[in-house]
Amino acid sequence: MPWTKIYLDKEQMEQTLKKDGLRGISYQQAMLEAHEQAMQADERVFLIGEGIDDPGGVFGTTRGLAQKFGKDRVMDMPIAENGLTGIAIGAAAAGMKPVFIHMRVDFLPMCMDQIVNHAAKWCYMTGGRVNIPLVIRAIIGRGWGSAAQHSQALHAMFAHVPGLKVVMPATPYDAKGLFLAALNDGNPVLIIEHRWTFEAVGYVPHEMYQVPIGQSITRRAGRDITVVAISQMVYEAMKAAASLEQEGIELEIVEPRTISPLDMEPIIESLGRTGRLIIADVAWKTGSVGSEIVCQVCERSPGLIKSPVRKICFPDVPTPCSPSLEKAFYPGSDEIAQAARDLMRHQSK
Amino acid sequence: MTPTPAIMDEPEEKILTDLLRTMLLIRRFEEKIVEVYGVQDMKTPVHLCVGQEAIAAGVCANLRRDDYLVTTHRGHGHCLAKGTDPKILFAEFYGRVDGCCRGKGGSMHPVDPENGILGASAIVGGAIPIAAGAALAAKMKKTDRVAVAFFGDGASEEGTFQETLNFSALKALPAVFVCEKNYYATNSHLSARQSHDDIARRAEAHGVQAERLDGNDVVAVYQAAARAVARARAGNGPTLLDCKTYRWYGHVGPVFDYKTGCRPKEELDEWMARCPIKTFTARLMQKGLLTQVKLDRMLAETDSRVSQALEFGRASHLPDAAELTQHLFHQNAK
Ligand SMILES: Cc1ncc(C[n+]2csc(CCOP(=O)(O)OP(=O)(O)O)c2C)c(N)n1
Ligand SMILES: [Mg+2]
Repeated sequence: MPWTKIYLDKEQMEQTLKKDGLRGISYQQAMLEAHEQAMQADERVFLIGEGIDDPGGVFGTTRGLAQKFGKDRVMDMPIAENGLTGIAIGAAAAGMKPVFIHMRVDFLPMCMDQIVNHAAKWCYMTGGRVNIPLVIRAIIGRGWGSAAQHSQALHAMFAHVPGLKVVMPATPYDAKGLFLAALNDGNPVLIIEHRWTFEAVGYVPHEMYQVPIGQSITRRAGRDITVVAISQMVYEAMKAAASLEQEGIELEIVEPRTISPLDMEPIIESLGRTGRLIIADVAWKTGSVGSEIVCQVCERSPGLIKSPVRKICFPDVPTPCSPSLEKAFYPGSDEIAQAARDLMRHQSK
Repeated sequence: MTPTPAIMDEPEEKILTDLLRTMLLIRRFEEKIVEVYGVQDMKTPVHLCVGQEAIAAGVCANLRRDDYLVTTHRGHGHCLAKGTDPKILFAEFYGRVDGCCRGKGGSMHPVDPENGILGASAIVGGAIPIAAGAALAAKMKKTDRVAVAFFGDGASEEGTFQETLNFSALKALPAVFVCEKNYYATNSHLSARQSHDDIARRAEAHGVQAERLDGNDVVAVYQAAARAVARARAGNGPTLLDCKTYRWYGHVGPVFDYKTGCRPKEELDEWMARCPIKTFTARLMQKGLLTQVKLDRMLAETDSRVSQALEFGRASHLPDAAELTQHLFHQNAK
């Protein structure tokens, strides 16, 4: 299917899509188009965030929208994340559809009280009487010495909280579709994006469409090992799979896309065939989404796993600045491939 | 409580020269970054303070080495003014082992405990309460140390600012809050974020004494900071200095941002004409306290110090990968 395919480069995408006369655009363009169409279609939708109306436009994903829709609907704001989250929650409760945009995930802890104690609780606490249709976007940074306070992902923290939905689109198709689904969901939905996927390209239809929240997807079929890859790690996993192919090792890659609620079916189904599990995430190892995935596998069918599980995650330290330490910090396709070889060796012993 | 000393007279010549030297150091340090950044081996996001040097220089000239300081993503100047060796800053920016954080922090997180600098937060408003906490410790330990927080106009919008001011006034903490009101937070003008620009009034509402000043006038800053520090040291409570200024370069990186349409060029031109260093040197020359020859000599000395610091930073080596997991926790607690 054109919308499930991961392209590792633009050339590859253009060759594939051109044949079928399909449009390929970048993640950043897909996001921008989704915002624009949503605002056009529903005047309750408004955007709020620090500097979202500036020439950069949140790495291009809101560029030009202030000119098109005016600064009342593309609203710059004071540097006051927690209070403004509460204001967005209030506006949502009273019938608007705010989209709150953060340039970095690292600014979400500022809003922890309003997200965790308020947005996530309101519907339940009011016996379902008042719902909060709030979309929060936040972007994971990486590289050039972004360091400890500009590179965190934190999705596991939010996935822990009932009442929040957490999605992490990695492809242009999912960026648009999950954004539109989030806006339509009627609940607080956190969209965590990775800055390194913004230039990724792929098939994106012109019209509005939704990718259902809570559906994992199999990106690649393979015989030997199930790799659950989250966010930008799906590209690393695809690269690892391509290189392992020559060694006769086949990876099956499943991308959850939604972290909460987590759709385990394709993972369980795949493990039924491979019996080996690697989880690759853009976050720390301890208390991660991978831990939850392994736990759910063990709860449901512990017999499925026939070799040790590997988690390819950040080491449990903050992100360092120095290039040599950054290099040591971030795992990628090499680490995934190495883990895969280890698991295969384990089996032949 | 001892009474706060009266307003200072014009500072003596030595102080004036020191203020100039500090401003020159900050300016040339930042301009060195502009010069070398294109090589792309200084892999850290740099937030330059060119245009704002008078505030760092004027405030820190009133501080003792053991006074505390915390700063922000835009903190190079504050550290230099407090006495940090430019060598350990450059080494840090290059991510090297001789850097002030052994390469862990980079440009946004300088630290220098020997000079009272507890660190810097790149989370806007994040370190304002930490300065107040240092002031609280100074008071609880019955020392006469003072704690200073530098931050921007954007940070004054955060809850941490309001919460900290209230508590600091309540406990009469020996703190000085220095707001570098440069009218921008990234590319957002203050008028898009606040209903008025009188940040001092916000402090006063919490019972914190405040002064409004021209942050490009180093003598005005020096004198206001002298009053604030004296008040704090005497146990008479916190002060906020609301310093009007302007940053010349873009929010981050070594380029002028009028080129990308972030701010009007005319605005920059206007503020460059009010360059804190240019106006101050003119004033000193007019008073006969500075000659072109002396200025040139000071510049040459500054440049050679900055160049040596840069060479030092570049020559230092990158941390070994094994250091990745070090420093997560303190090991030698007593
Ligand atoms: C809590 C938080 N929100 C947003 C940001 C992104 N950000 C970094 S610097 C900055 C502007 C800060 O403006 P100001 O406090 O005036 O300081 P200046 O950069 O002008 O020195 C913003 C919004 C951040 N680092 N932390
Ligand atoms: Mg500012």
